[in-house]
Amino acid sequence: MAEMKEAPADAPLGIKLMTWMDNRFPSAFQAYRDHMSEYFAPKNFNVWYFFGSLALLVLVIQIVTGIFLTMHYKPDAANAFASVEYIMRDVPGGWLIRYMHSTGASAFFIVVYLHMYRGLIYGSYRKPRELVWIFGCAIFLCLMAEAFFGYLLPWGQMSYWGAQVIVNLFAAVPFIGPDLALLIRGDYVVGDATLNRFFAFHVIAVPLVLLGLVVAHVLALHDVGSNNPDGVEIKAKKDAQGRPLDGIPFHPYYSVHDTFGVAVFLLIFCAIMFFAPELGGYFLEYNNFIPADPLKTPPHIAPVWYFTPYYTILRATTDPMVNVLCVIVGLAAALNLLKGKGTMAAKAALLVGAVVLIALMKTFDAKFWGVVLMGGAVIILFFLPWLDQSPVKSIRYRPSWHKLVYALFVVAFLILGYQGTQPAAPSGSVLERLSQLCTLIYFGFFLLMPWWSRQGTFKPVPDRVTFAAH
Amino acid sequence: MADPVVDPARRNWLMITCGAGAVGGVATAVPFVASFTPSERAKAAGAPVEVDISGLKPGEKAVVEWRGKPVWILHRTPEQLASLKKTDPQVADPKSERKTYPTPEYAKNEYRSRKPELLVVVGICSHLGCSPSDKLTPGPQPSLPDDWAGGFLCPCHGSTFDLAGRVFKNKPAPDNLEVPPYTYLSDSKLLIGEDKKA
Repeated sequence: MAEMKEAPADAPLGIKLMTWMDNRFPSAFQAYRDHMSEYFAPKNFNVWYFFGSLALLVLVIQIVTGIFLTMHYKPDAANAFASVEYIMRDVPGGWLIRYMHSTGASAFFIVVYLHMYRGLIYGSYRKPRELVWIFGCAIFLCLMAEAFFGYLLPWGQMSYWGAQVIVNLFAAVPFIGPDLALLIRGDYVVGDATLNRFFAFHVIAVPLVLLGLVVAHVLALHDVGSNNPDGVEIKAKKDAQGRPLDGIPFHPYYSVHDTFGVAVFLLIFCAIMFFAPELGGYFLEYNNFIPADPLKTPPHIAPVWYFTPYYTILRATTDPMVNVLCVIVGLAAALNLLKGKGTMAAKAALLVGAVVLIALMKTFDAKFWGVVLMGGAVIILFFLPWLDQSPVKSIRYRPSWHKLVYALFVVAFLILGYQGTQPAAPSGSVLERLSQLCTLIYFGFFLLMPWWSRQGTFKPVPDRVTFAAH
Repeated sequence: MADPVVDPARRNWLMITCGAGAVGGVATAVPFVASFTPSERAKAAGAPVEVDISGLKPGEKAVVEWRGKPVWILHRTPEQLASLKKTDPQVADPKSERKTYPTPEYAKNEYRSRKPELLVVVGICSHLGCSPSDKLTPGPQPSLPDDWAGGFLCPCHGSTFDLAGRVFKNKPAPDNLEVPPYTYLSDSKLLIGEDKKA
């Protein structure tokens, strides 16, 4: 047992109480020091560093509002739509709680996309933060699952047909696909059984995993320490007490700083929630105000905005696109054979692999490869720490033209996102070709990263962070 | 502390019991996975549907629900039937030979139906399960080619089908619209979901 601490006899009651607590639950006090008062974060954080704590705030908003919504919602195909309208019209304050939850869903993705982009430009996924990044990617996947399951619950037309399409994605897997889709739906069509189980996933299963991952994400981050816009390791330069010279305690410096970010965020959040909760059909789609009808697909169906880039990738994968991919795989293998490093055996193995892949691509339907690309677009993020081979972390010290590569990627991502909100482009049209080009840019950005991230003249990285007192 | 000595007898027992425990643990998953499969009630709900088609005029389409899916009954006009000749080279699987949704023998003809005029198909796109919209009027229109002869357009991913439910080439959907088992009970009565009778 640890030594009992003793508060001085004349200490105030508060101090005595704290000492009493500290003697009986020291790990709470240790956790406060490790994660708040003695967690040293770089002092040069900029505006991009608000989004981590904002994501945590939105998570809390979603959990609290979600708990209150379950008190009135009925996960039953016959009653679900009506119970949501009941919340909107008859439950006192119900409309506000629901709008907080629906606006929160979109806000979550805005904040998380910006948070991920921050990691991308400052190299926050590089050694030793690979696991922080991987936990983050897993959180992103969970968030997508959470959003998808939750979207079925209002049982509107978009809910129904969105779920129909996504569940059928699994049916595209060769051999086991149809049985897998049946297992997910629990019926031959999306129905009551599907709604019931999606409710269970949405309110308990995925949130539990999500919370566990968030804890792992923050713990791993606090073990290795935060990155910063300069990509400089602040732990390399410490003072006599072993504190990073460029670090400041998270509390009070960043807790106060983040409170300011919360205030700005809540201003925007409340403006949308009160004045435009549907946000022109982007946050709440108009077709979802029509009850689910299994006999009629709405004339224009599109996922909610945060899924649209991936949805466009799915739509862009047609037979000609698969042919293009075959050519690219073939060329890549041939180029590796001629120019690549490595043993002859490895090259030959890669060539055989490419031939097999091309054969598979021509064997299975384009539909299946659309699903593979769509999933791959998210999974590829997990590999970012090893794809990026640049000698510096932050974009600040990369060759200037790297910024253009990032800009191209962002533009392609935005075009993919926009196209996903629009009706399907006719086959062979310029718009369809554009979506295919953007898909190639998206994957090219990541798959060619081991090559392009090493090219160019890098700027010298300073020993200490750039910081001007203000 | 003495050097730890491995007692092989105990070590073996430990491994065997851990193995047995793991088998038990995995076996426990069986009821949980089984609970994901369709319930007995869901399986029982697939009864055939009887439809009265006496009121269906040429050019009209009726939609009935069978196993929770929309089944279309389209009474095709002579012009619409003639358009199938034109679309023959443009569709991916003109003779319905693919096996994913096997077409019944009696519908393996150029009209994909028992009676040429009456098309009976499940109105679910073979891509990702949306229900295509009617685009029965020929001629150029948004999202469709200029030589459009009438058919169906899936609003989700833009797959198009001709008036026999055959998917056009280079579309996300790999298969033609499924022809359900069906049979005529009389000239005006159709039974969807069963083809053994009559």
